[in-house]
Amino acid sequence: MAGEKKGLQLLDFWVSPFGQRCRIALAEKGLPYEYLEQDLRNKSELLLRANPVHKKVPVLLHDGRPVCESLIILHYLDEAFPDKPALLPSDPYARAQARFWADYVDKKVYDCGSRLWRLKGEPQAQARQEMLEILRTLEGELGDKKYFSGEAFGFVDVAFVPFTAWFLSYERFGEFSVEEVCPRLAAWAKRCGERESVAKSLHPPEKVYEFIAMLKKTYGIE
Amino acid sequence: MNHQDEKDKVKLFGIRSSPYVLKVIWALRIKGVKYDYIEEDLGNKSDLLLEYNPVHKKVPVLVYQGKPIAESEVILEFIDEAWKHCGDPILPEDPYERAMTRFWARFGSDKLSPPIWKWFTTQGQEQEDAYAAAIEQLLVLEKELCGKRFFAGEKIGFVDLSLGSLAYVIPIYEEITGVKMITEETFPSLTAWMGNFQSSPVVKDHLPPLDKLQLRLFTPAEAAWPV
Repeated sequence: MAGEKKGLQLLDFWVSPFGQRCRIALAEKGLPYEYLEQDLRNKSELLLRANPVHKKVPVLLHDGRPVCESLIILHYLDEAFPDKPALLPSDPYARAQARFWADYVDKKVYDCGSRLWRLKGEPQAQARQEMLEILRTLEGELGDKKYFSGEAFGFVDVAFVPFTAWFLSYERFGEFSVEEVCPRLAAWAKRCGERESVAKSLHPPEKVYEFIAMLKKTYGIE
Repeated sequence: MNHQDEKDKVKLFGIRSSPYVLKVIWALRIKGVKYDYIEEDLGNKSDLLLEYNPVHKKVPVLVYQGKPIAESEVILEFIDEAWKHCGDPILPEDPYERAMTRFWARFGSDKLSPPIWKWFTTQGQEQEDAYAAAIEQLLVLEKELCGKRFFAGEKIGFVDLSLGSLAYVIPIYEEITGVKMITEETFPSLTAWMGNFQSSPVVKDHLPPLDKLQLRLFTPAEAAWPV
């Protein structure tokens, strides 16, 4: 046991898109939980006990037992609370597609975004090209659907939507407009933003931009 | 029992030396699923592969009832679900145990592969540091295994499949570098597991052609991918 408390607790960091996935999922399922903001520069005993391997957020504690890694947490919430609305569909092939695209978001978006704001010159230009390709690929997968899952807000939507708060930053550092390059994705982002779970979990894009500016200053990046 | 009508045919696109492809082969064997295997030439990818995996253009790709699935861990979960009532389960039933299983399955690629690959491909201080980092992570794994026959218990499961390539790749790296990494004194459970894994009916005779693997590793330009 990492903790002693009964019920659900979420160890998280305010701007973390991975943590936000969990907050959105918990809200969509109507599951009450205790939010515990973590200081990542001075990690708590609880965090180090709950996630000794990675020492990262988010961590979900359920009756004191830790679950780490945001997509694993999403799976766990579906499986441990089967009476609540599920994020994943029931058909094995549809589930495989959802996992594939959530994995794509995991592999591509955050890392490329980081390179976009951390680097300059040729490497930044490369990151920009990659980001455009990533967004276009995701737009292709979304197509004309209301959500990635179809009619209902689901697994891939939850996995990707926190990054919509980072679009403004990607646009500024990459000098492009998401609306121009990927109008369907921009519309999807707006649509998701109207959901209470998303509106309550995401921070305004300007705040994310300020956070990146602060990080750049801390790391001495121009 | 599964029927092997045309519509139910299973196809696997892969290359024999890839640990990601092997994971899928072992999983299909656990379930007793028959499949057609198509060996790809990564230097000259087939039109079918590019059609089935346009996003990553990689192997493995599993095709079932004409529909493709890519990414080895995604494929493994699909196999467990699509053939739920065949063979043995690949993931446990309990939600918390499933979460732990998924966590440890990723441990290999997230925490072990990078320092092991670095150890194998660098020299001097960088190599020494990578070796120390790899040992540290292997000790975590040793503790997790803790005397069990397999990570999943008595039979091979998801974590074993994900970490399985360690069992044959590390001895090759050790032979080439002349340095032991998994010693029996420090890693009694992992040492036993490596033997159990390689000799299990699911895996035995379904390992990559090891002498070819060794030859490939000797050519830096063509060095095999990480564990």
